[in-house]
Amino acid sequence: MSIDIEQFHQVFFDESEEHLDTMEQLLMEIDLESPDTESLNSIFRAAHSIKGGSGIFGFDGLGGLTHVMENLLDKARNGQQVLTAEIINQLLSTTDLLKNILNDYRSGQPINQKEIDQAINLLEETIDADSASSELEVNNDGFGFFDSPTTSGQHTEAFGFFDGTDSAKETNDSAGFGFFDAEEKAEPVKDNGFGFFDTETVKPAPSEDAGFGFFDEPTDTAKTPRQPSPQQKVDTNNKQARSASTPAATQVKKPTTVENKSIRVDTAKVDLLVNLIGELVITQSMLNVLGNSETPLAKDKLEQGLLELERNTRELQEAVMSMRMLPISFVFNRFPRLVRDLADKLGKKVELKIEGGNTEIDKGLIEKLVDPLTHLVRNSIDHGIEMPDTRTANEKSESGVITLAASQRGGNIVISIIDDGAGLNKSKILDKARQNNIPVSDNISDEEVWQLIFAPGFSTAEEVTDISGRGVGMDVVRRNIESIGGRISIESTPGLGTNFNISVPLTLAIVDGMCVASGDQVFVVPLVAIIESIQPSQEQLRIISNEPLLWVRDKYWPILNLSKRMDIDGAIQSPTEAIIILIESSKKRFGLMVDRLLGQQQVVIKSLEQHYKRVPGAAGATIMGDGHVAIILDVESLADDVSTEATEKKHE
Amino acid sequence: MSKKILIVDDSPSIRQMVEVTLRSANYDITAAEDGKKALDICQDNTFDFVLTDVNMPNMDGITLVKSLRAMAAFSKTPIIVLTTEAGADIKGQGKAAGATGWMVKPFDPTRLLQLVAQVLG
Repeated sequence: MSIDIEQFHQVFFDESEEHLDTMEQLLMEIDLESPDTESLNSIFRAAHSIKGGSGIFGFDGLGGLTHVMENLLDKARNGQQVLTAEIINQLLSTTDLLKNILNDYRSGQPINQKEIDQAINLLEETIDADSASSELEVNNDGFGFFDSPTTSGQHTEAFGFFDGTDSAKETNDSAGFGFFDAEEKAEPVKDNGFGFFDTETVKPAPSEDAGFGFFDEPTDTAKTPRQPSPQQKVDTNNKQARSASTPAATQVKKPTTVENKSIRVDTAKVDLLVNLIGELVITQSMLNVLGNSETPLAKDKLEQGLLELERNTRELQEAVMSMRMLPISFVFNRFPRLVRDLADKLGKKVELKIEGGNTEIDKGLIEKLVDPLTHLVRNSIDHGIEMPDTRTANEKSESGVITLAASQRGGNIVISIIDDGAGLNKSKILDKARQNNIPVSDNISDEEVWQLIFAPGFSTAEEVTDISGRGVGMDVVRRNIESIGGRISIESTPGLGTNFNISVPLTLAIVDGMCVASGDQVFVVPLVAIIESIQPSQEQLRIISNEPLLWVRDKYWPILNLSKRMDIDGAIQSPTEAIIILIESSKKRFGLMVDRLLGQQQVVIKSLEQHYKRVPGAAGATIMGDGHVAIILDVESLADDVSTEATEKKHE
Repeated sequence: MSKKILIVDDSPSIRQMVEVTLRSANYDITAAEDGKKALDICQDNTFDFVLTDVNMPNMDGITLVKSLRAMAAFSKTPIIVLTTEAGADIKGQGKAAGATGWMVKPFDPTRLLQLVAQVLG
């Protein structure tokens, strides 16, 4: 039976990507004065694992490069190679190249063999340059002998294994493993343990070709026929042919990112899921029995069964959702490198702090956060953090600090990008806004000024630099964040720095909602937005400038009548008979007037746009237990319809 | 009863490949991601055959072989070390630790099955 080796490719890609991320992270943390042996070992192991897998799965482009990298790292961890900043940079750019190659393989693009060969040559030069001085040392080593040029040549060949073709040597190659026999020669390199796989045809050859061996001779091995695998060879020959043709295609444009469709899930989460399914099956059979019985006790039992079912469903749902959750460090971990490179380029000193990397967030959201976060971090380094001499002149530490922080607040994840730079320049922003014909009122608040930088077209030509002006303005950042149901706000103090706060929902698929009725319609209000719900008394109500206001919690709240907003007939119009839900959106707070509360429940969000059309005030729709469709309200867009004039007037 | 094989490798893709390949030949497979986990498993289980990677975090393959050989239940179990180095130093270490043999990565499913068939007779 043949095994389709391609089924393991996805796992290999994922694990290699993780290894590359680990390598990058550890490389950046290396202290050149006294490198930590354990991190060098980890980096080595990562390169080694990629090499091992790429050999097995036939990704030679990765194999060759990681092999040389491994040699260099091996020397480094054995103290035979002194690590310098240049070598670290070289290793970092090699990991970049490896990531590109990995993406090419993942997306089925041809790999750039020329680039790989160049990188291999560069690394080999580095190794040679340094090993000249350490040659003696190697030879004094007990096993320096095995490092002879011929041996290492064969090493390289050893992972070209799948590509082996027709030579006599191939006979040995395809044996691939062997046994050390009891009378093994004292010279291990010359051991001929593989001999007994094919006693008739094997020619004496160095053991490296054998590929496996036994330290003690098993009794019945000599007669085992060797089984070559022609299928495998044909496949890999094709692969080689394909990669051989790639140098011609050097200029092929690469896709920048390949969306990763698979998730690696903690086995504990899968076990939990299996247990829950087990419980569900039990409940189901219990209900089944009840369905067939006619005793009076059946009703009680049925209720009990339904309760069980409810609990099972909820737990199952949570377990399944948790599988989509990944720690946000998946995004954060790419920033140390970016900050380092960018600060170097700009001649600035920047320290990056990461907080709350363990905060979990939906995988789909993580991917969509990469671009906006990258843009904001670039922006903070480029425009926020000042040059070292400016900082010293202003009595600040020479090195600026950028903090990336994440935390969970209710159903939201709040991500902050905080810099201790110069802060936003209010008058400059206002000038630029006027130049761009963006309407600006005279008594504009700070927060409103900061929001101006998100206006389309705000990034003007003079501001575009190599770093942050890549044709993506802050308006795109805001659009990206809003497209995943998030919002962004800014706090800035001149001379002290700027905070960008991004708040995104934990998941896009399910929302905790309060079901409310207005007329004969049911709506769902996301629970996170609700402060409390009250039935107001006449004394709490005021009318100011024709706007109804509610006095509660020592504040005036403008009232939005949902039935009017949604054109619903037959709804309660008198506030004292209705229910007012106090809502806090990112922009303002208001009271939403509805007929009554129906209860709290989790609802699955379905897109309205996809199935119907965009409806102002609606974030989506859901299907209720009775089969009816209910609109999920978008409190942010409802807030836009609330007039705050009267409230402000009253507060003044 | 099908033969029980323990495979130890820190790489999920290789582990999966070995696992799927050997399952297809009706072996009973247990997998561990490093030497330490493998050793834990071996406290309460016996196997007909152990296949282990060498280079792994927490506990490497050579240490695992040594530790297993010190246990009565594993004193005679065939143990093969998987290694990317065909170099004699690794072989020497494997042999000194008490391994039955070695197999070089890369290998393909056919070769793997061939090796296992040979070891388990």
